Amino acid sequence: MWEYSQKLLDHFKNPRNYGQMENPDGVGREGNPKCGDVLELYLKVRENKIQDIKFLTFGCIAAIGISSILTELVKGKAIEEAKRLTAKDVLKEVGVLPSNKYHCSVLGIQALKAAIADYEQKQKDNSG
Amino acid sequence: MKRIYLDYAATTPTKKEVWEAMKPYFLTEFGNPSSLHSFGQKARARVDWAREELARFLNCQPTEIIFTSGGTESDNLVLKGLVNYYLNTFKTKPHLITSQIEHHAILHTCQDLEERGWAEVSYLPVDQYGRLKVAEVEKAIRENTILVSIMYANNEIGTIEPIREVGKMIERVNRKRAKEKRIFFHTDAVQAVGYLNCDVQHLHLDLLSLSGHKIGGPKGIGALYVRKGVPLQPELTGGAQEFGLRAGTENVPGIVGLGKAIELLQSKAYQNKVARMVKLRDYLIENVLKTIDDVILTGHSTERLPNSASFCFKYVEGESILISLDLEGVAASSGSACTSRSLEPSHVLLACGLDHQTAQGSIRLTLGEETKKEEIDHLLKVLPKIIERLRKMSPFGNQNKNQKPKER
Repeated sequence: MWEYSQKLLDHFKNPRNYGQMENPDGVGREGNPKCGDVLELYLKVRENKIQDIKFLTFGCIAAIGISSILTELVKGKAIEEAKRLTAKDVLKEVGVLPSNKYHCSVLGIQALKAAIADYEQKQKDNSG
Repeated sequence: MKRIYLDYAATTPTKKEVWEAMKPYFLTEFGNPSSLHSFGQKARARVDWAREELARFLNCQPTEIIFTSGGTESDNLVLKGLVNYYLNTFKTKPHLITSQIEHHAILHTCQDLEERGWAEVSYLPVDQYGRLKVAEVEKAIRENTILVSIMYANNEIGTIEPIREVGKMIERVNRKRAKEKRIFFHTDAVQAVGYLNCDVQHLHLDLLSLSGHKIGGPKGIGALYVRKGVPLQPELTGGAQEFGLRAGTENVPGIVGLGKAIELLQSKAYQNKVARMVKLRDYLIENVLKTIDDVILTGHSTERLPNSASFCFKYVEGESILISLDLEGVAASSGSACTSRSLEPSHVLLACGLDHQTAQGSIRLTLGEETKKEEIDHLLKVLPKIIERLRKMSPFGNQNKNQKPKER
């Protein structure tokens, strides 16, 4: 059905780690409702590790499913490790995806990078 | 799981009677209507019957009916056929008037004609309900206007356009114009057939496009009404079929199927089904608006097709609603950017003044003759849960938000 992987469908039907986070250490927002998808990621960081991650997504099945898969991929990773993740890594986790939805994986990575940048900026502000 | 089909504006199943009427023309009466032997003549007779059936339905002459492959071909023939006539006759660009909410068969063809430098086109705006103003059409008329093409009813939001009023206005304007500069009036009636009066005299039309598969006929067949004297030039050249306006061996089974489908629309039983459909549609709309917050009924509240209910659900995206519905067995459609495979949401909803984000949450539900109340009840049971679930995941709206993160 719909050229989507079972995994993506499962994450769309039963999304992991969604909702807002109280007092996140970093927030990243990517996308534009004009073209369909907006993704927000919230991070909680302890000892340079992503202890918790939550998402809110406005978008299609691929955008929601990928957001959920991304949070599972990232959770527990060291910040430096998370920074090295690429859209390719996300796609590998997702499995089959229609080519016109590849941009959703890019969106996910961009939101992650933005959330990490936000976290690091806050760290700098606090120490400075 | 039971499958519920609420996308009859996309296509309909071929009716059993239609299929039965078509069958012999595949298997035994397979002759070419241009052949002079009995095989050919039997097929010819049935094609003539279908043509007469359509002529009765549209209140025109059988010689004014051209069979085509469907609505898109009919629309193309009108636009290109008249533009070519004008270019060949006057050696200058003609002007076309249409609306911003037409089907892509009209819009993209007009845009193509503009890009090739063959025509000027005015795309008229509509109000928030998708209604066109007759005065706007009159204002747009130029010295070189050759065609006004306005859809009878919109496929996405079901809004009915004031076709008869436009037709009367054009007739009045034509009385003051030189005969060779007369403006022709076309309507794409693909969604309207079966629901609205399609008497071309009553509507003051010169051209009308219709399609078979939207009314219980097969796919791949349609027709174009061309009033006698409209100087259309053919797109397909070859044999002399369809009065020289559409070459190619007739799609006999398709034509027979279309004739049968049109015949069935005129029965009392069908009229009763439409009356029932209106009630069911109103029940659907009323309950969706009652049980779900932040939802907009798109299109007009009364001037809308009997089978059409269309909404925008705020803070969520149409494709996720569509697939969630499909997972619950309900087939709907959406005008969101994701479903269109482009980056733009529906041009119709944007023309109605909706912002991009709201337009992304569009869902269209279109009923058919056989739609049952239980099916609507199932939809009404699953839809609020789907919207609630998707909104819980959405960064928009207030449901999960204390503070908004900064826009990048």
